[in-house]
Amino acid sequence: MTMIHKNEGLRAWLLSDDFTSTRQARAHKAYVSWLRFSTNPLAFGGLLVVLILILFAALAPIMATHDPLAQDFSQALQAPSFSHWFGTDELGRDVYSRLVYGARTTLYIAILVTVIVGPIGFVVGAAAGYLGGWVDMILMRVTDIFLAFPSLVLALAFSAALGAGIENAVIAIALTIWPPVARLVRAETLTFRKSDFVVAAELQGASTARILFRYIVPLCAPSVIIRLTLNMASIILTAAGLGFLGLGAQPPQPEWGAMAAQGRQYLLDAWWLTAVPGLAILVVSLAFNLLGDGLRDILDPKHA
Amino acid sequence: MSETDLTAQDHDTRWQSLLEALRKVSTSVAVILTTLFGLLVLTFVIGRMVPADPVLAILGDTFDQAAYDRVYQQLGLDQPLYVQFFHYVQNILHLDFGQSNVTKNLVVDDLARVFPATLELAILAITIGTLLGVPLGIISAVRRGTWVDHLARVVGLLGHSTPIFWLGTMVILIFYAGLGWIPGGGRIDLYNDGLVEGPTGMLILDAVLAGEWEVFWSALHHILAPALLLGYAAMAYLSRMSRSFMLEQLNQEYILTARAKGLAQPAVVWKHAFRNIRVQLLTVVTLAFCGLLDGAVLIETVFGWPGLGQYLTAALFYADMNAVLGAVLLIGLISILINLLSDVVYRFVDPRTR
Repeated sequence: MTMIHKNEGLRAWLLSDDFTSTRQARAHKAYVSWLRFSTNPLAFGGLLVVLILILFAALAPIMATHDPLAQDFSQALQAPSFSHWFGTDELGRDVYSRLVYGARTTLYIAILVTVIVGPIGFVVGAAAGYLGGWVDMILMRVTDIFLAFPSLVLALAFSAALGAGIENAVIAIALTIWPPVARLVRAETLTFRKSDFVVAAELQGASTARILFRYIVPLCAPSVIIRLTLNMASIILTAAGLGFLGLGAQPPQPEWGAMAAQGRQYLLDAWWLTAVPGLAILVVSLAFNLLGDGLRDILDPKHA
Repeated sequence: MSETDLTAQDHDTRWQSLLEALRKVSTSVAVILTTLFGLLVLTFVIGRMVPADPVLAILGDTFDQAAYDRVYQQLGLDQPLYVQFFHYVQNILHLDFGQSNVTKNLVVDDLARVFPATLELAILAITIGTLLGVPLGIISAVRRGTWVDHLARVVGLLGHSTPIFWLGTMVILIFYAGLGWIPGGGRIDLYNDGLVEGPTGMLILDAVLAGEWEVFWSALHHILAPALLLGYAAMAYLSRMSRSFMLEQLNQEYILTARAKGLAQPAVVWKHAFRNIRVQLLTVVTLAFCGLLDGAVLIETVFGWPGLGQYLTAALFYADMNAVLGAVLLIGLISILINLLSDVVYRFVDPRTR
């Protein structure tokens, strides 16, 4: 009884508009956002799938039923069954277990690219937008050049030059994905740079770095987070495309795009080799898209 | 004010507007030129990043030091980078992309051979994508919240999230291997191959020009699946964008005025709102076309379509860097040209830019 009462008290405290502290105001905003988010079933489903993906990647040794690299030629190209849930590949490896370990590869690429791209986008975009003039012109011309290429083609060229492999794929994808982020940050920065609070900070003698990181970057954060979440989907698709063309993770490391590509040779005899990894890519990138859309609805109402 | 004053003033403003127009044109020319320059820098840098020794690619395994040095000098590798870059640009301007190590042809000849196939595929795909995607987006904006809207959203999201190489493979599995409705790949049946060697290189168009209807049907049969798949990806993007453009217009006050005057729904939507989103649509169709080139690389590989994409992936497979860089540069050039084209059309369509 007291427990429920306590919960009610917490709810009331969270929902109250009558803030007594900054902490309460922040908690209130987060809680209300969460309530709005949880009423959106599609976004919620997206979040759920992403959490499951993270769970599978983190607990891969427990989740997998077989060793993803163990070959057993007597078991090659087996159809899905009770012992091999998604069948086996041409080397007799368990497709389900490879799929589980492949989640690690996918998540590794997506997170690493995002971690590289976010700061670059922030620095380039905020500097171009806030400083303006020559800096803006040069930085934007550079992004234009990168944007002139379709992203996969540019990533292909970079991976070809750097050599196949997962780290090089990460660099190649990051190189193609930062320009739209920089563009977005620049556009957001332009809307704030003449604001009174920025001018006030300038008059108080704040340094450029302080203004950028203390005032401008936090305001750009919501739209950039949305953008980065939606980017996750395209990173995963590009990574899968590179893997499909043999430029991503190298065998025997399990990667969904490469698995689908490998399966194409046995398409007529073993459809599951291609169908299952492709479906996994589809589900995960759909989940990131839904999550991004949901985040946009709560964090950035003006674009909803 | 006297009449001469007026004409003088008129003269002045005319000069000013002419200067203004000139300034705009020269700015966009400068932008294009710097982008082109950047493109060349980028492909040059990528070419230099390759870990493989280009001299070994030419000489093979057996050679002596003198031969090595000679080829090294012939390739200009002993010169400073900016001189090498200057030679690179010079070569590109003379349409010299080097020789392909695999086909042993000049890369520029190879590109000229494979490019029409990709152009044909991309044009058909963007047409399909636009004709389906734009109306779908507009209808879902007009009927916001109904089943049409939800359907459009699902179609759009799936289009954004599906790996196109996988979808293509599944289509081959079901419609070729399972049902036998579509050919397994390629551009044309074997017995129709080589019957039409047309002026454009786009098989469907050439067949029509030559009046070879059997070739035409065969080519159409082959292009249908890859074009529909690429078109689907473009459609997903275009329906989403046209929906949001349309919603923005429908919330404007002039729409309310039109409705208050008793104008019928089709007139409000097509005569008023649609007219105002044409320019934005043009921009996103351009973007969709550039994005489509990405998909083309994968779809051509899946369907064995003998175009630029397949050429690029084959070159990647054999580490044939001249061919890779030539293809990449061509794709970059196409993107820039298309953006330029949309910029020009934009000025004609949008009265505010006149």
